[in-house]
Amino acid sequence: MNLSLKGRTYVVMGVANKRSIAWGIARSLHAAGARLVFTYAGERFEKEVRSLVDTLEDERSLLLPCDVTKDEEIIQCFQQIKEQVGVIHGIAHCIAFANREDLSGEYMKVSREGFLLAHNISAYSLTAVAREAKELMTEGGSIVTLTYLGGERVVQNYNIMGVAKASLDASVKYLANDLGKYGIRVNAISAGPIRTLSAKGISDFNSILKQIEERAPLRRTTTQEEVGDTALFLFSDLSRGITGEIIHVDSGYHILGY
Amino acid sequence: MADVLERVTKIIVDRLGVEESQVTLDASFKDDLGADSLDIVELVMELEDEFNMEISDEEAEKIVTVGDAVNYIKSHM
Repeated sequence: MNLSLKGRTYVVMGVANKRSIAWGIARSLHAAGARLVFTYAGERFEKEVRSLVDTLEDERSLLLPCDVTKDEEIIQCFQQIKEQVGVIHGIAHCIAFANREDLSGEYMKVSREGFLLAHNISAYSLTAVAREAKELMTEGGSIVTLTYLGGERVVQNYNIMGVAKASLDASVKYLANDLGKYGIRVNAISAGPIRTLSAKGISDFNSILKQIEERAPLRRTTTQEEVGDTALFLFSDLSRGITGEIIHVDSGYHILGY
Repeated sequence: MADVLERVTKIIVDRLGVEESQVTLDASFKDDLGADSLDIVELVMELEDEFNMEISDEEAEKIVTVGDAVNYIKSHM
């Protein structure tokens, strides 16, 4: 038993640019020999994702649009994956969104619309994707999503995204229970703050990073590579007994109580 | 060290896919160079990396034109 993913195919959803955690995961999976399918959130991201995927120099890679707010687009996307790839072995779900005005100040000011938008894209999408992906995971599989401490405890300015992550965390457990009988595991990685495009949308993000450097047990911030390698573990058979779990890859920050 | 404007221009051309000739000091990122809100965040991050500095949210909001960015960087180097 080892960490090789040769002969396996994984779908990586949510690469926006080179800083994306999804990209860190993709690189780890690629290094382990996996074939990768990338989905991007609409035309705006296509060029950037394509140029990144080209750097992998793997002609088996596939690139498809998938707007997760549209059921028919998710169905179509997985139909295409079925036709072009056949069986898949896992999904890296690295998708979240909230309006920027909902990521600062008081949480309670969030509008109904902003609340639903964040939940729609950041939480419901995992369930919608898992349902379609299951049909292609005929040899069993592993689904990994990205969550954050702000879903378990209050993190200043994280606000609506924290509430959406709590919903995502609960979804992981219910999906793990549903999909276990098909040999599919569902887990989340709770990454420490990483300087991504999404993270920079959170008000005063730079000061959060400084806090981590000063206080986290490992005294450093989390890297894309650390999350990528934990994802690799969760996709490999080494983690075959783990499902419904949230693994913190955050320099130990979540254990602090002061 | 290359001129600040040159380095800023290169980043803008790369990020926004505009022509170098469009990147003038009074060009507005949103109105003249077609940047959306995500482009602006990406640009700020690229500038932070290129010039090894931190641009706070409040400061970033005040950067409207290419000239604003160049002035901010020059005064914080």
